[in-house]
This record gives sequence, structure tokens and C-alpha cells, in this order.
Amino acid sequence: MTEAVHVEPVVHQAPQGFIRKYIFSLDHKVIGIQYYLLALFSVMVGMLLSVLMRFNLAWPGTEVPILETLFPVGAPGGIMTPEFYLSLMTMHGTIMVFFVLTTAPQSGFGNYFLPLQIGAPDMAFPTLNMLSFWITFVSLLVLLAAFVVTGGAPISGWTGYPPLSALGEIAGPGLGTGQTLWVASIALFCVASLLGALNFITTTIDLRTKGMSMMRLPLTVWAWFVTAILALLAFGVLLAAGVLLLLDRVVGTSFFIPAGLVVSDQMINHKGGSPLLWQHLFWFFGHPEVYIAILPGMGVTSQILSTFARKPIFGYRAMAYAIMAIGLVSFIVWGHHMFLSGMSPYSAMVFSLTTTAVAVPSAIKTFNWLGTLWGGRVRFTTAMLFAIGFVSLFVTGGVSGLFLNQPSVDIYLHDTYFVVAHFHMIMGVAAIFGIFAATYYWFPKMFARHLSERLGKIHFWITFVGVYSIFMPMHFLGVMGNPRRYAEFTAFEFLADVVPIHEFISIAAFVTIGAQLLFAVNFFWSIARGKIAEINPWSATTLEWTVPSPPPHDNFGGRAPVVHRGPYEYSVPGASRDFILQSEPEMKVVHQ
Amino acid sequence: MILALTIWVITLVTTALFIGRYWWFPAVASAHGPALDQQFMLTLVVTGLVFILAQLGLGYLIVHFRDRPGRHVRYSHGSNKLEILWTLATTVLFFSVVLAGQDIWASLNLQNAPAGSLQIEITGQQFQWNVRYPGADGKFGKTSNTLINDSAGNFVGLDERDAAAQDDVVVPTMAVPVNRPVELLLRSKDVTHSFFVRELRIKQDAVPGMTVPIHFTATKLGTYEIACAELCGLGHHRMRSVIEVLSEADYHNWLKERSD
Ligand code: HEM
Ligand SMILES: [Cu+2]
Ligand SMILES: [Cu+2]
Repeated sequence: MTEAVHVEPVVHQAPQGFIRKYIFSLDHKVIGIQYYLLALFSVMVGMLLSVLMRFNLAWPGTEVPILETLFPVGAPGGIMTPEFYLSLMTMHGTIMVFFVLTTAPQSGFGNYFLPLQIGAPDMAFPTLNMLSFWITFVSLLVLLAAFVVTGGAPISGWTGYPPLSALGEIAGPGLGTGQTLWVASIALFCVASLLGALNFITTTIDLRTKGMSMMRLPLTVWAWFVTAILALLAFGVLLAAGVLLLLDRVVGTSFFIPAGLVVSDQMINHKGGSPLLWQHLFWFFGHPEVYIAILPGMGVTSQILSTFARKPIFGYRAMAYAIMAIGLVSFIVWGHHMFLSGMSPYSAMVFSLTTTAVAVPSAIKTFNWLGTLWGGRVRFTTAMLFAIGFVSLFVTGGVSGLFLNQPSVDIYLHDTYFVVAHFHMIMGVAAIFGIFAATYYWFPKMFARHLSERLGKIHFWITFVGVYSIFMPMHFLGVMGNPRRYAEFTAFEFLADVVPIHEFISIAAFVTIGAQLLFAVNFFWSIARGKIAEINPWSATTLEWTVPSPPPHDNFGGRAPVVHRGPYEYSVPGASRDFILQSEPEMKVVHQ
Repeated sequence: MILALTIWVITLVTTALFIGRYWWFPAVASAHGPALDQQFMLTLVVTGLVFILAQLGLGYLIVHFRDRPGRHVRYSHGSNKLEILWTLATTVLFFSVVLAGQDIWASLNLQNAPAGSLQIEITGQQFQWNVRYPGADGKFGKTSNTLINDSAGNFVGLDERDAAAQDDVVVPTMAVPVNRPVELLLRSKDVTHSFFVRELRIKQDAVPGMTVPIHFTATKLGTYEIACAELCGLGHHRMRSVIEVLSEADYHNWLKERSD
């Protein structure tokens, strides 16, 4: 493992013509940007959906004429129907999890920077890489098509539990064509992710440049590498589950539909299936998936904290082992989503303990981040602000996990807003902070210009305070017993108490989401007009900072760099500068 | 600087809100409930301390070690001693908390309902709860899904030819006697639902094709709302019923009124 592999640089012809260069490109950097833009588009759609949802939750039944114009079926008379709410919710969750959190941190930044950071000219399989992007693209189109088919988008949530998701139109609107498109989209996405994962794994193992041993990999590369392994093992299972569900829906098999169902007073002609089978398959994928979303953010946070504390990462080995431990254990915890599903109460106790085990390496990472700051010289760039924000959110989202992994406490909290708070904090916003941190950090390399730091800081402040205002109060909603996935809170007496909190949350959400426009403006304005960036504007140490911005087509100009040291050599005593590039030869360091 | 302050303020406000309990659990009304609440409080104290220390610490570090003239970086790659220390500490802390709560779960789910528990069958459907009592004979009559006929009012498919079915009572709301163990048999006839009563601290999925038993003892008179906690379709948010906890005498009257 530690033996570095030397690979003869492949001679790449830079492609000619717009289409080969920017559309069907084989260049990992272009593909990385394509993934990033796809995620950017998706996150805007996802946000817009959540604006509509938050409006309905706080002010249900309000007549808004424009809604009728926009959604004649979803909001007849300008009032949203409950099924419209549920379809927004399903699409919001699906888009966010798959097309934002799985796409931007791994396929986007990973594609762009993994080859650069290990000194490779490209990914191992460029054609496969192009293929994974375009399958992802088609998958997104298929998903969005669900909005416009008759019946609308599915209402069964991003988890698509059967029988609801398997029975078709009879179980509710959106469960006909819309649901079929949803399953097809997920299956396509799985295929794309599997191809991508193969590529990442092979690249990391085979294309490391001379001297780049595994224990000299930047922690970002460790994160992308382990994430790819998780993706390889998890998406295969989801693909299988998706295909079975598709068969149940289209061909009439009964993998997930038990005998004797009566829906809307009609007998259903299926027998022999099990709803729990889907839950096991789905969460076998689903739990690793949340780590697929967050591990790259952890890698980025480590990289950025070290860069701007001007200090080596604290406990590099512990960090790398923790990533591996999280990856390994995340495959044996899926049952914590199923404590109350009717599965054996004995397995609930086992899953509770394995889940506790996965909390330990997560805590180790937090301690090491704090250790990295300790004794450093902290510079508050926007990237650094988001990385520090990530640590704060990760702690907040992490501690609420310790409630939910106890089956007894989960009896009360399961499927309440406590869960919505927990997963938004740790998987949603923490990962989004990772994406923002990475964007502010690597933008100068990708576009040779800086994002505006001033706009960036305003963006950070509103977002940081905003997300706490949105998601912290949801813990209390959960404690009050407010169930999730309710289109409105009008049918229960006890839910009268939660309405003011929901109003507050909605207002906070509007402000926070509005502030994201600042980011969009900053992004596109800076691509054209931003301050010109040097090759290594942050005085950082890893290989991507040794090549021009943006890097040439084959990255290192045909000369593979040679690596002489670990990734985070900041403020080395006796050195002439406060950072030493990984590729700087040994003799430049004056040993004490 | 401002960032540290912001983190501190967020931490303090959160802590104050949890200590103040302005938005909190409804008063508990079941025998196992207090233990569950206690376990929640134990977890809250432990995670609360971790939360406060980590956030305050984070704020402190970024203030104290901010870049300013004359600051020297302490070059270090870490400390194995510290790694081992905090790995062991978190392992012990987290597992202690989790193990402390396993008892409650075991007593609710590994043990059967006490002998002589009152049995009630609950069948979920889009979007209502059907509650069946065995009637005077104490025995549930036969049911069959083929006999289900919502428009004729036979929601659970009761087989009228079975003698034991004659006195079964099927109603849309529930009542139980106070301080008597109750066993619920949860079923669903269409999609997955989840039976949730906040005050009783119970929640369990009702899964089509399965009968899932749970048991509890209500300890406080009152009327509590039953909610559905698993997404079941467009009416999920209004899938409501109530459970009345009555004295033994009132309970018998309640059931008698519905038997005739
Ligand atoms: C400010 C931003 C956001 C707001 C206001 C927001 C709001 C919401 C709301 C209102 C729900 C529905 C809760 C319910 O009815 O039970 C929801 C569900 C969800 N959100 Fe978000 N969200 C935001 C960002 C995100 C992000 C970044 C992610 C990425 C992971 C995400 C992932 C999800 C998922 C997976 C669900 C569950 C959907 C389901 O129940 O099937 N959200 N969000
Ligand atoms: Cu999980
Ligand atoms: Cu429901």
C-alpha cells in the first residue's frame, strides 16, 4: 500500500473544437466543472422547492394567486394541496441527496482535484468519466420530468418506501408515472455512481506520482478514495433494490408487496413480498450514503484548517484511520433507521451499539480539527470561515445522533422534526458548508480569479446564523412530538403549539435562501471579473498549487512531479518560508 | 473574533432554550414513560456538555490563535497520547450512555405483554385507524381480507359467520382502562403507517403483511391524540384518532355503549 507507483505520463492531445472541449470532454477538470454546475443548478431547484414547502408549513391554506398560474394542478385556486406539498418534499430530498450532496463534493471537486493532488495527468478512465457525467445528466432529466407528467411528482419521500411506492396511482397522486420516473432516475444515478467510483478507486491506487505514498496523500484524497469505495459497495445494492421495485411496478412481480392488501377498498393482486426487504436494502445503501455526502467535506475541512492555521494537520494518521473506520463501520449500522419498523428488537440493540461505534471516529476527527487550530496562526479567509462553520455544524448535528441511536429514546423521536433537524445539520448543511469552503478555496485554481471575499463574508454570516435559526428550533418541535412529512399542522390539537415556531423557521429560511443569491452573483461575476489569482494564492502545500491556473490539459505538462514529503508542512522550524510544497526537494529544508 | 462570539451566542441561546424547557414533552401518561424521559435527560446532559465544551472551545481557539503580529506557530504533527486518550474517553462516554438505555427497550420489546393484558387490535388504513376489541368472549373473531368492504362499514374484514366475531367491536377511536397492561396488535391493510401517542411515549410502525405487538400501561386519566408517524399518502397529516384513558368503570361503560 505505501509503495508509491510511478506511472509514465500519458501524452494527451488537447482536444480541438467546442464540443470535444466543453461538452463531451474527456478532461477530468472539465468534467469536474460540469458536475459542479449540475449540482449548482440542482441546489437552486431544491432550494426553490423548500421555499414553497416552508411557505405551506407556516401559512397553509393561504390563497396566493400566482401559485395557481404556476401550478394549476398543485395549487388549484392558489392553495397548495397536501399531495403537492408531499411531491415537493420528495423531489427536494431526492435532488438534494443525490444531485447535490453526492455530486458536488465527490464527482465535482473530486474529479477536478484528485488527479491534480496525486500528480496524475487525468483520471484512469477518461471515457468512463465522461460517460458517468452524462448518465448523471440524463438521470436528472428523468427525475425532473416527473414534475410535468400527469399525476405529478411522487409523494412517497426520498426513501420511497413500498407498498406506497409500489402500488401505483391507486395509492395516491404522483405514484403512477411520476414514481416510475423516480425509480428509473435513481437506477440511472446508481449506474453513473458505480462507474465514477471505479474510476476514483483505480486512479488513486494506480496513478499516484513518484513519492506519493498512501501516507502522503492529502486528506481530501483519502476522503474521496474511501467515499468511492463506499459508493461502489452501496450503489450496487440500491441499484438492485431499484430494479426490483421497478419490476414490482411495471411487470407485476411482488418483491415488496405482501398478500392481501386492500387499497381504497380494492383488492390488490400481489402476494409474497415484504415491505421490510426494501427498507433493509435501501438503508444498507442509505447510511453509507450520508457518509458519501459528508466525508469529502471532512477532507476539505482538514485541508483548509491546516492551510489557514498555517500548521500541519493534527494527527494525520489518526485522521486517515478515522476515515477508514467510518467507512467500514458505516456498513453495519443501517438498522438504526428501522428500530420501529417491525424488525427484530434484538437486532435493534445490536445496531444501536454499532452506531455508537461509528460516533467514535467522528469524535476523533473533531478533536483533531481542534488540535490543528491549537497553537496555529488562524487566518480568516472566507474558505476558513466555512471550514470552521463546518466543524461547528458537525458537532451540533453529531450530538443529536446520540439520541436517535438509542432505540428507547428513538421511540419518541423517530419520524419527528428532531430527525429533520439532525439530518439537515449533519448531512445537509454541514456538507453544503464543505462545498462552499471548497469553492472559495479552489476557485482561484479553477478559474484563475478570486471570488470576492467581501461578498463571500456577507454570504457566510447570513448563512451561518441562518441555518442555525432554521434547524436548531426543529429539535424542539421534535421534543414536542411534531411528526415529519406533514403537509400542514391543522388536524391535531397539540399541533396548534408548533405553528409559531414554524413561522419563525420559515422566515429564517426565506432570508437564508435569499442570501444564496449573493453566492450566485459572486460566482458568475468573479468568473468574468474577479481579482486575478496567482498560482498559489493561499501559500498552500499540495500539488495542485504547483501548476498554472487553470491547469493545462494534461495538468503537469507531461512531466510528472516527484513528491518528497507529507501534505501539510506548514511553519516548519528552520524553513525559509512558512510552507513547503510536497514537491520541493529534501535539501531545501534546513534540519535543526 | 465575531465568529467566536457568534458561536458562543448560538451555544448559549441553545443551552438556555433546552434548560428553560419552553417547548417540551407533554406530561407523561404511561408506566414506562418516566424511564424513557430520564434516559432522554441523561443523554441531553452528556451531549449538552460535549456540545457546549466543543463549541466554546472552538470559539476560544479561533480567538486565541488568530493571526496577529508576533504569533508563532507551534509546529507539531500531533500526539499519540492525546489520540488514545480522547478515543478511549469518547468510547467509554458514548457507550455508557447507550448501554444505560438498553433496559427500557428490552423491557418493552424483548418481554411479552404481562399475562392478562387487555388485547386490542389496531388496523391502519389510508387515512384512519380501525380499533377492534374482542368483546365479551375475550376472543378476536376470524377476519379475512377478502371480506373487507369499506363502503359497507366492514373495515377489517370481520367474518360474521364466526361465532367469536359476533361480539367483536370495531370503532374509530380508542379507550383503555387506567393502570391495566394493554397489548396492541398493530396491522395495516394498505401501506405502512405508524401508531404514535406522545403522552404514552409509544410509537410503532403498522406494516402490511405483519402483526406487530407492543404493550404499555396507561397511568394517567385523559384523552390523548393518536397520530400517524409514517408517510402513508396525501392524508398522512390528518390521520388522527384519540385514545381515552378511563377508570375501569368508565371503560366498561364506554365499551358497552359501543357493543350494542
Ligand atoms: C435552507 C435550506 C433547506 C430548507 C429550508 C429545507 C427544508 C426542508 C423541509 C421543510 C423538509 C420537509 C420536512 C417534512 O415535511 O418532514 C425537508 C426535507 C428534506 N430535506 Fe431539506 N431543506 C433545506 C436544505 C436541505 C439540504 C441542503 C439537504 C441535503 C441533504 C436537504 C435534504 C432533505 C431531505 C433528505 C429531506 C427529507 C425528504 C423526505 O422526507 O423524504 N435539505 N427539507
Ligand atoms: Cu444512518
Ligand atoms: Cu401516515
